[in-house]
Amino acid sequence: MSDIKKIKDNYIDKLNTENNIEKVNNIKSELFGKNGIISNEFKKLGSISVEERKKLASDLNNIKDELQNKISTKIQEIETKEINLKLEKEKIDVTLPERNIEIGKIHPVSQVIDEISSIFSEIGFSVEEGPDVENEYNNFTALNTPDNHPARDMHDTFYLDNNKELLLRTHTSPVQVRTMLKGKPPFKIIAPGRTYRSDSDQTHAPMFHQVEGLHIDKNINMGHLKGCLNYFIKEFFEVDKIKMRFRPSHFPFTEPSAEVDIGYEIKNGKIVIGEGNKWLEILGCGMVHPNVLKNVNVNPSKYQGYAFGIGIDRLGMLKYGINDLRAFFETDYRWLSHFGFDPLDVPSNYRGLSR
Amino acid sequence: MKFTVDWLKNHLDTKFNNNQIIDKLTNIGLEVESFESSTSELDTFIVAKIINAKTHPNADRLKLCDIDIGSDKTIEVVCGAPNAKNGLLTVYAPPGSIIPKNQMKLSVSKIRGVTSYGMLCSESELLLSNESDGIIELKNNKYVNKIGEKYFKNTSEKVIDLSITPNRPDCLGVRGIARDLSAAGAGKLKINKKSNLKYRGNQNINVTIKKEKAQGCTIFGSCLIKGVTNKESPKWLKDKIKSLGQKPISAIVDITNYVMFDLNRPLHAYDADKIDNEIIVRSSSKGESFEALDNKKYILENDMCVISDRSGVLGLGGIIGGTRSGTEYSTKNILLESAYFLPRSIRKTSKQLNINTDAKFRFERGIDPLSIEEGLIKASELIKQICGGEISNLDVKKIENYKKTIINFDPFLFEKTTGFDVENKELIKILEKLGFDVSKNKKILKLVVPSWRPDITQSIDIVEEIVRIKGYEHINTSEPIKTRLKPTLNYYQKLFHFLQRSVASKGYLETVTWSFTDSKINQLFKENDQEIPIVNPISSDLNVLRNSIFPNLLFYLKKNLDRGFKDISLFEIGPAFKGKNPGDQLTMIGAVRAGKVSRLSWNDKERIVDTFDVKKDVIQSLCEAGIDKDDIVIDDKTPSYYHPGKSGGVYQNKNEKNALAYFGEIHPNIIKKLDIKTESLVIFEICLDYIKESKQKIKDLKSEYKFSDFQKSERDFAFIINKNFKSQELVNIIKSVDNKLIKSVRVFDVFEGENIPDGKKSIAVNVTIQSEEKTLNENDLENINKLIISSIESKSGAKIRS
Repeated sequence: MSDIKKIKDNYIDKLNTENNIEKVNNIKSELFGKNGIISNEFKKLGSISVEERKKLASDLNNIKDELQNKISTKIQEIETKEINLKLEKEKIDVTLPERNIEIGKIHPVSQVIDEISSIFSEIGFSVEEGPDVENEYNNFTALNTPDNHPARDMHDTFYLDNNKELLLRTHTSPVQVRTMLKGKPPFKIIAPGRTYRSDSDQTHAPMFHQVEGLHIDKNINMGHLKGCLNYFIKEFFEVDKIKMRFRPSHFPFTEPSAEVDIGYEIKNGKIVIGEGNKWLEILGCGMVHPNVLKNVNVNPSKYQGYAFGIGIDRLGMLKYGINDLRAFFETDYRWLSHFGFDPLDVPSNYRGLSR
Repeated sequence: MKFTVDWLKNHLDTKFNNNQIIDKLTNIGLEVESFESSTSELDTFIVAKIINAKTHPNADRLKLCDIDIGSDKTIEVVCGAPNAKNGLLTVYAPPGSIIPKNQMKLSVSKIRGVTSYGMLCSESELLLSNESDGIIELKNNKYVNKIGEKYFKNTSEKVIDLSITPNRPDCLGVRGIARDLSAAGAGKLKINKKSNLKYRGNQNINVTIKKEKAQGCTIFGSCLIKGVTNKESPKWLKDKIKSLGQKPISAIVDITNYVMFDLNRPLHAYDADKIDNEIIVRSSSKGESFEALDNKKYILENDMCVISDRSGVLGLGGIIGGTRSGTEYSTKNILLESAYFLPRSIRKTSKQLNINTDAKFRFERGIDPLSIEEGLIKASELIKQICGGEISNLDVKKIENYKKTIINFDPFLFEKTTGFDVENKELIKILEKLGFDVSKNKKILKLVVPSWRPDITQSIDIVEEIVRIKGYEHINTSEPIKTRLKPTLNYYQKLFHFLQRSVASKGYLETVTWSFTDSKINQLFKENDQEIPIVNPISSDLNVLRNSIFPNLLFYLKKNLDRGFKDISLFEIGPAFKGKNPGDQLTMIGAVRAGKVSRLSWNDKERIVDTFDVKKDVIQSLCEAGIDKDDIVIDDKTPSYYHPGKSGGVYQNKNEKNALAYFGEIHPNIIKKLDIKTESLVIFEICLDYIKESKQKIKDLKSEYKFSDFQKSERDFAFIINKNFKSQELVNIIKSVDNKLIKSVRVFDVFEGENIPDGKKSIAVNVTIQSEEKTLNENDLENINKLIISSIESKSGAKIRS
């Protein structure tokens, strides 16, 4: 028995100084393998008397436990050491740059169209579209602007044929005509899109964007028009209060017609919308002219309502502090990166119109 | 429309101050563009200081002066004045100034080889005195703080400039504006003084308006004024003409202009002695011509309304007079014309000949047909007063009588349209002040429309008149009605928004470019589409509608590359035009990527962007938009602007006719033609219109959630196969061996060359096999393996690599 103890002490000493995991495992099999020292001792138990066996078995078990504990602690100890060493070796400079991030952007015009659609969606408008190429009838005549009407001079029109039958739409209003011709009242739509006029300078581009609005029902009056636009402007500029002024004006396709100004002031070189005593014209609107309703087979004695047209680019310029309209369409990588919006930044009511 | 407040007060008794008048004008729909002093030719002369006067290098008697004019930079001026010296304060006239003494316009000029920007002025040059020996010497104490400011105070009266909408010809005269203001409570319209003009004799030049189908004139009024002395206008009249921003010409011309702006009544004065016998108002014949007062010769078409005499055309009625019968200082006898021309005829003629005059502008919008006599009388009185002479009886010829417009107006329409109520009494008062004749028939108002309001033809026009004069501020602001009639966006609109953001999220910057483009670039991309030219393009390089998004996209890509950017991803979503009729357009996404992936990265290998980068972008975007990746079929037929061997078409499923997308390298010829310098250029396009709308909503599309817990196995195969055999087909053959058991097939290696026979390639795939019913044993797997190999070998002619 004392031999075993000696052997045990001997192994404990060995284990204490051992740092190699393989050698520890070798010791383990030397002791507990098929023909290991301890295993063999247990085998011997069968050949001794019962009295002695009990005692010896108990001692042997203690020794076995002690050695096994020692081995497993040692293994753990070595493994921890090895892992720590490995981790230290593997340390990298995490301040090195990440892999390339490719950042895409949404054009401000698209973002503003989505903002506008989101706002009008909240009050029940749906989105309609029309073609960029229009016929003379939809763009002018149906909109109560016959050929000899001086109002046509205000639209510098691009034509696609010499008879002036086909043209690039000068406003989004022909979508009103198309919408009403193909459906039955009531109508409640907005129509954003590209519009064209042969005019080009710092504040005019040959192509720009408008959003048309149309609400026709049995009792829609100018009060509703005011309420709708007041709501829109407030939501769009994300302000609590808005100073707004309706001024009488003239468009052949609405009557009475109005132009709408909003109050603004310049604070620290930046334009602040909604306050101040200066006025900025932002849109034209009015009650749809009975002649237009007749032209699209809507009975003006039963149905009435309002229409409006807003310059999208200009709204975007005002909201996001963009000075030059032409830059919208010049595809300068720097400009697009600077004024563009993150594609995940989708304007919505619940998540907010803009960040 | 320009006028001064003083002029307005000739017609309006008002206690309003200037600002109140301005506000009122805006509130009734007469938009005030500006309210400021009219510009004067003298505005350009400014106080300046000579900083340094040195001798001219090429002329001893001239000096070269550096002038401080209050801006950042000094100006160099050559000056001959002996008194020009350092520190002198004087008056400087920049290039463009008109020197009062000789009416010369200054320009930048070289004097003895040195450029002089403007000049320094003497008192005589500015008509201040006869002193011409040297330049003006300004007193230091008075002017030292005024360097850069105007030398002459602008004392002219402030001018109101209105932007008059085309429906309001009546407000193209000061009296009409006064009438509107009076209706809106801004004062009282003055009653025109009764004329006590004495007429002598008859207008003995015979006037005939020919009764022709295209006759553009219905009334021609005239009178003769004999024995006048034409001269410069008196100061009050000159000031009025100047306040309009026009140049005084002579008393007679100025008077006709004055009456036009005062009463909105265009007139024309002929030198009666130059008229050949009689006046004939008729339609022109093609080829007739005349010299107009703008000193241009016009050759006429058929059916233009001309005023003529026996010798031919004198002028275009209501548009412009001719030089042959024009008045001069020597004119002794005048025929004064006051006529009515039809707007349609005026507009047609002026458009054809491209003439724009104040008279044309007015007749085109509609002149009061009952103002013929009023205009003749007012102008005759002024001519008599200023130029003397005797006035004949008025002669008015007509071929048509004016018909009154009568509207039966139900006041309820007002409330129905505007949402607020105005008492009948007030409503009637407004209309009467605007010149309507109102009578009542129970609830209905019978309105006679004033002759100066051709724009008013129906009840809604009356509503507008009342609400405009009452004030838009009275309209209530109703809460928005939130009722919805249908969903905000339809399927394709949602798809548009989704794909737009999906593509952007892959690192592309969205751009918006013109819908038109340069035909020279467009033709590289138009394929079989017809070219769609714009008749009147804004410039010759934007002369056709784009058949594709790429012409503009590549044009701007090149610009950005030239700016020094190397790695660029751009896209646009918008129309591409397929024909010239409305609706012949497709909504397309066009995207371009140029340069490299991972440029200058410390840990990733640099490589150029390639076809499989854009293939990933396009497929991923389509999948995100809801297209099932397993249905997508790729083939290698693409438009001619793609590299024929490195591009593909994407089909929503194998039965589709139209590719909904293309991707790949751009054709090297195009890169060469457009001179694009980049390491690599790949593109893709998606046609939104070709994406099939799913009939089911996503809630219906989600099938039952099933998965298998049985063990899956992977097997690798390598085949030697014809080089042109498509991997997609190989994958399909393997899948078709057992659609249930074969879960996925991945191509993980493709190569040619060493150990591979010519015309062949090696392709290696990894196949995942899993049953939903049991764990497959070796036998099962072995069977499938054999089936895969035999199917491939028999269907593709491939050989398994041993």
